[in-house]
Amino acid sequence: MSGLFAGFYSILSWIGSIIDPFCGPVGVFRWFASGTLLACGDTGWGDDIAYGFVVTASLAIATLPVGLLIGFFIALGKQSEERTVRLAANIYTTIFRGLPELLTLFIVYYGLQILVQQLLATLGYEGPVEINAFFAGMIALGVVFSAYCSEVLLSAFRAIPHGQYEAGDALGLHRGRTMRLIILPQLVRIALPGLGNLWMALLKDTALVSVVGLTDILRQTGVAARVTKQAFEFYGVACVLFLILAMISSIVFSYLERRTKRAEMGR
Amino acid sequence: MSAVATMIPPQAPPPVPPKPYTLTRFVGSVALGIWLALGVGIFLTVVGGWDPEKFARYGPRFINGLGVTLTLVGLSIVMGAILSLPIAFARMSKNRFLSWFAYAYVYFFRGTPLLAQLFLIYYGLGSFRPQLEAVGLWWFFREAWNCAIFAFTLNTAAYQAEILRGAIESVPRGQREGAAALGLPARVAFSKIILPQAMIVALRPYGNEIILMIKGSAIVAIVTVFDLMGETRYAFSRTFDFQMYIWAAILYLIMVEILRNIWSVLETRLTRHLKR
Repeated sequence: MSGLFAGFYSILSWIGSIIDPFCGPVGVFRWFASGTLLACGDTGWGDDIAYGFVVTASLAIATLPVGLLIGFFIALGKQSEERTVRLAANIYTTIFRGLPELLTLFIVYYGLQILVQQLLATLGYEGPVEINAFFAGMIALGVVFSAYCSEVLLSAFRAIPHGQYEAGDALGLHRGRTMRLIILPQLVRIALPGLGNLWMALLKDTALVSVVGLTDILRQTGVAARVTKQAFEFYGVACVLFLILAMISSIVFSYLERRTKRAEMGR
Repeated sequence: MSAVATMIPPQAPPPVPPKPYTLTRFVGSVALGIWLALGVGIFLTVVGGWDPEKFARYGPRFINGLGVTLTLVGLSIVMGAILSLPIAFARMSKNRFLSWFAYAYVYFFRGTPLLAQLFLIYYGLGSFRPQLEAVGLWWFFREAWNCAIFAFTLNTAAYQAEILRGAIESVPRGQREGAAALGLPARVAFSKIILPQAMIVALRPYGNEIILMIKGSAIVAIVTVFDLMGETRYAFSRTFDFQMYIWAAILYLIMVEILRNIWSVLETRLTRHLKR
């Protein structure tokens, strides 16, 4: 079984190396930057920066479902009829929208470390514990994202008329199916522009995780800048890479918006 | 002769059926319980780990850091507001080159992380030291504090220019035409008719921008400016006491909540003529 996975992984990495836009056979760095500091391989920083690009993108993509899921349930809680649920959900958003992202990250990173250490100490394990920076970043950014996301989803929920729920009842659908078949498709359509903005903010916030040592774009370019003493060039490359990520996501989001709107009447 | 001889005696209403104990209520109680436990836990750790010596040593530094954060945010918001005016007008101008330039500026500063911009200015401009010395600007870019203010001003100017442009464009065309029909010159029409209506639209986004700046200003701690976050990191690195982060979190939350409340009061006051 593990051999199967290993083979699968090696095929995946082989495909990745073929279509790698930076250091693959048709990569930008390999074609235009060979001989410079951005060359691939041992002579330049191209492959390190490409790795950082992948880490940044995968951190943002891994955070998105976590944040969306938590945010959805927080939004449901905010419009609950039960006062305690509303209060708990509001406390959540107040806290995580008011704290700086960097502070949230530190609290999660160091706090989790201390918590796990104490937990293991009661179990009898005395040793250094280190939390994975990727995991800590995913949790911290996901929590912040979900707090903002719940606000966007809440206003989208309020934009859906009550008759839609009643129609679901009239058709004899129970609550889960009403939500899935009737409310969610409309919710996505209304909330998509707001979620697009949040995704852009999330992409930019991933840069903060470089502070706790995750090898993302900013970390890798920072190391390169310190070694080569050409800070402006390398941080400029970092900015360009973030701009590329922003451009790709705005293309994807405009495609998604067109796709969700295709059921609407043409005017 | 009436058919009814005796009236039905008055009765008390039927008792209210007891509210069923639903799953939602259970979830709510559990969630509130978790928050309560967290609050009590934090309170107990703060009380249990209270150290007057630490408080005497780091308390004034925290207050100092708070002042640095507020100064940084205040200065950069004001200077960004001034800088955002020409950018917003360039963005709306009919001149192709001007509007393209303003668009590129806004796209760059909104599309890249503030941290990367700060590094680009603080570390990046440091590699142009001879040129900057020749121009006589090196004294400015040598200090992390100046670089932070510079980067924040450029960044918030891009956001504020977008807010301003959106607000001005949200005023209906009829308002401008009405002013023209009354024979008001364009300058007066702008300052007396367009701008006041635009500012009401822009009020909420401006508040959000200030809150974002307060939160974003925490990253200057990375380039060795001792704002609230910087003092917190300093204190934590000296004491390894997790309470420091809790104190910082409480201070940041208080700042943001005060600002949010001020803003909602301001908004209800300024839009009271729109209420029906």
